[in-house]
Amino acid sequence: MSSVTTSRRRLLTGLAGAALLAGCGSGATSAPGATPDATASPRRGGRLRAAFQTAGAKETLDPHAANLFVDGARSKALYDKLADFGADMSVQPRLAERFEPNADATRWRVTLRQADFHDGRPVTAEDVLASYARIMADPANRRAAIQLAAIDLGACRAVDGRTIEFVLKTASAEFPSATAAFGTWIVPRDATDFTRPVGSGPFRFSSFEPGKPLLLTRFDGYWDQPAWLDEVEFIPVNEETARVNALVGGQIDYAHDLATTSARTYAADARVRIVRAPGSAMHAFAMKLDRPPFDKPEVRAAFRLIADRQELVNTVLSGMGEVGNDLFGKGYQYYADLPQRTPDLDRAKALLRQAGAEGLKVQLQTAHAGAGLVDAATIFAEQARKAGVAVEVSMGNKDTFWRDTLTGGSMASYRSGSMPIHSHIATRLLTTSPQNVTRWGSAEFDGLYQKAQASVDEAARTAVYRDMQTQLHERCGLLVWGFADWIVGTSSKVHGVGQAPPNTLDWARFERVWLA
Amino acid sequence: MTLAGYGLRRAGVGLLQILAVATLVFAFLEALPGDAAVAAAGDDPDPARIAALRQQFGLDRPVWQRYGDWLGGLVTGDLGASLRSGRPVVSLLGTAAGPTTVLALVTLAVLVPLTVALGVCAAVRAGGWFDRAVSSTTVALHCVPEFALAVLLIAVFALWLGLLPATAVGGGLLEDPALLVLPVVVLLARSAAAPVRTLRGAMIDALASDYVAHARRHGLPRWRVLLGHALPNAAAPAVQQLARTVDWLVGGIIVVEAIFAIPGLSAVLVEAVAARDVPVVQGVTVMVAAVAVLANLTADVIAFRLAPRAGVA
Repeated sequence: MSSVTTSRRRLLTGLAGAALLAGCGSGATSAPGATPDATASPRRGGRLRAAFQTAGAKETLDPHAANLFVDGARSKALYDKLADFGADMSVQPRLAERFEPNADATRWRVTLRQADFHDGRPVTAEDVLASYARIMADPANRRAAIQLAAIDLGACRAVDGRTIEFVLKTASAEFPSATAAFGTWIVPRDATDFTRPVGSGPFRFSSFEPGKPLLLTRFDGYWDQPAWLDEVEFIPVNEETARVNALVGGQIDYAHDLATTSARTYAADARVRIVRAPGSAMHAFAMKLDRPPFDKPEVRAAFRLIADRQELVNTVLSGMGEVGNDLFGKGYQYYADLPQRTPDLDRAKALLRQAGAEGLKVQLQTAHAGAGLVDAATIFAEQARKAGVAVEVSMGNKDTFWRDTLTGGSMASYRSGSMPIHSHIATRLLTTSPQNVTRWGSAEFDGLYQKAQASVDEAARTAVYRDMQTQLHERCGLLVWGFADWIVGTSSKVHGVGQAPPNTLDWARFERVWLA
Repeated sequence: MTLAGYGLRRAGVGLLQILAVATLVFAFLEALPGDAAVAAAGDDPDPARIAALRQQFGLDRPVWQRYGDWLGGLVTGDLGASLRSGRPVVSLLGTAAGPTTVLALVTLAVLVPLTVALGVCAAVRAGGWFDRAVSSTTVALHCVPEFALAVLLIAVFALWLGLLPATAVGGGLLEDPALLVLPVVVLLARSAAAPVRTLRGAMIDALASDYVAHARRHGLPRWRVLLGHALPNAAAPAVQQLARTVDWLVGGIIVVEAIFAIPGLSAVLVEAVAARDVPVVQGVTVMVAAVAVLANLTADVIAFRLAPRAGVA
């Protein structure tokens, strides 16, 4: 009796797919998001109405259950982490004043700054340890658990009210970046109910009902510079077109996650301002090294030479992005700036001949599981044809795509949100990595990673990471063709919106936003 | 047959229909690739994590057991809880049904008088310019998909002329009726054609009938003949057509809610399907099926009362 027709359902599920981009990993931007209008002087007051895609009735204000971008944005308004990420994924201390490792990076002493929760109680070492214990107790439902997995919780202790000694199970020179990861927000030690949440963030709770707007008001006792705004309202608007229409129609002031087509349409419209954050989403194809045809390094090398990255950026991203060089994290801390790969069909054909793979047929799995994935696959198939390779684009199910392609198939669309380069390596490129989609990994590569983690000397680590990236650039299974800008739109009266990738310090940092 | 007997029999059939729909949807959801655990894991599909989630959601139990539990709950009025949020489905639907109900009722409140006015006027001068204008306009509008019409109306009346809100963001539908204008216009445009044409046809037949001729011969005023004699007889098929329009409205509202960002059942359903949140999808399904059955039942009963001689479809 339900008269939802097939075509309607298809339309809507497609729309929903675009909306469900999870807040991948631990994105972070920090470089004080350069704002184009830095000259104007900030004004206090007003309510910012910010529209995000939400999870509707199943959402919660429990920051440790955070999963979507909107969860990240709301959590950062209500809570703080020990640290956050700059735009280059470097660690920016927040609640932590300093991080001091021992010689082999197995123990870290963290000193907290003086900060208060919204109910007036100070943020203490006990609160931090209790928050981390709460996250680690439920790894299936708390994204951050894996980031904190190195902590030996039973051995950690509160040295005094504002000093914590963390003991790690294995050396981790990048431990501070774990405390900046998505989902590691600090809550009061006795917090169990998040219907009226209390945090130490720049805004305090006012009202909320799942699936409806969340209203927050300025917290005047914030330890950092208090917000300019009196209030910020998070409004659920799941359709991208509805967010754009509401913005242009003056019903909201900030629209998160816009499509490149909208950005182009309204680029010159006086009613809105388009803010683009470079280096936000990696776009790639993942080739699996443990099965034909990509078990042959020549085939992988040939595919890398087939890709016309500039064409992919120009068409799939409408030019709002930059080309990739088969490495994650362009522009981030530790990124190895190696010579840029460019298309070379003759060389690609020669490599294929050498591998005995002439007339190769490959299935490229893709799905509408994220913006641009299907377009990129289709265009790459065209490019491959010119090199005599038959790439057949195979459409999968958007809701299960990442699970399906983790183990199945030989080549698939791939994308990643921002995170530090060492996190990318740890979660995707070690023999023990749970999300090793390309099946890259060797004892030697694992050893290099461990060596870096045991070195508290940043220059030494940088050198090791460079070695690792040089190996990856030559032989790995990721064909990283581009990095998409992240696009938000604001009304023309909104100022102070940072150009920062999602889940970084200056992204959705509403305490720095003001209304003219 | 008495009215009560007829009503009871139809109600029984309706219950069976609801059950059949719920069972089918359960089977379809089972057939979809992936389950709630895979959907919840998203782009972090660690197999260990998926297994833990599966256990947490109770998806490791056999399918017949899950279906049996759900059915048992349904009998006692318990629709279960969302797998993802743990919230009871009844409270979840209660929140979301509000805006959807407002949208449906307002549309019907405009649609019924509109149908009567257009249908009767078109029938009175059948073949005249007004009749032709009504026919061509309603049919033309019926042919435009609701999302296309919505996009066009938003572009013109909201973004260009600035006369109406572009979406329903930031206000209650009842507190700010302007928010309802474009969504209701879109729903009316698509749904008016069938009932108007049905009523027009039935009115033309009624006006040509013996009893209308008789009433005219008795010198009754023209409006009494039209509204007191012809319309009640002509209304029976139109009422049943209207019930089918309600079936359609449910689907149309889902699209319209998405485009205008109205926080109703549409958002709940789309998210629940993507999340493979079976109890929530089942809950929406039962609710939609119940509304459809109830609307058709009511229409049939009204038609039975209006024109018992005509028999019942």
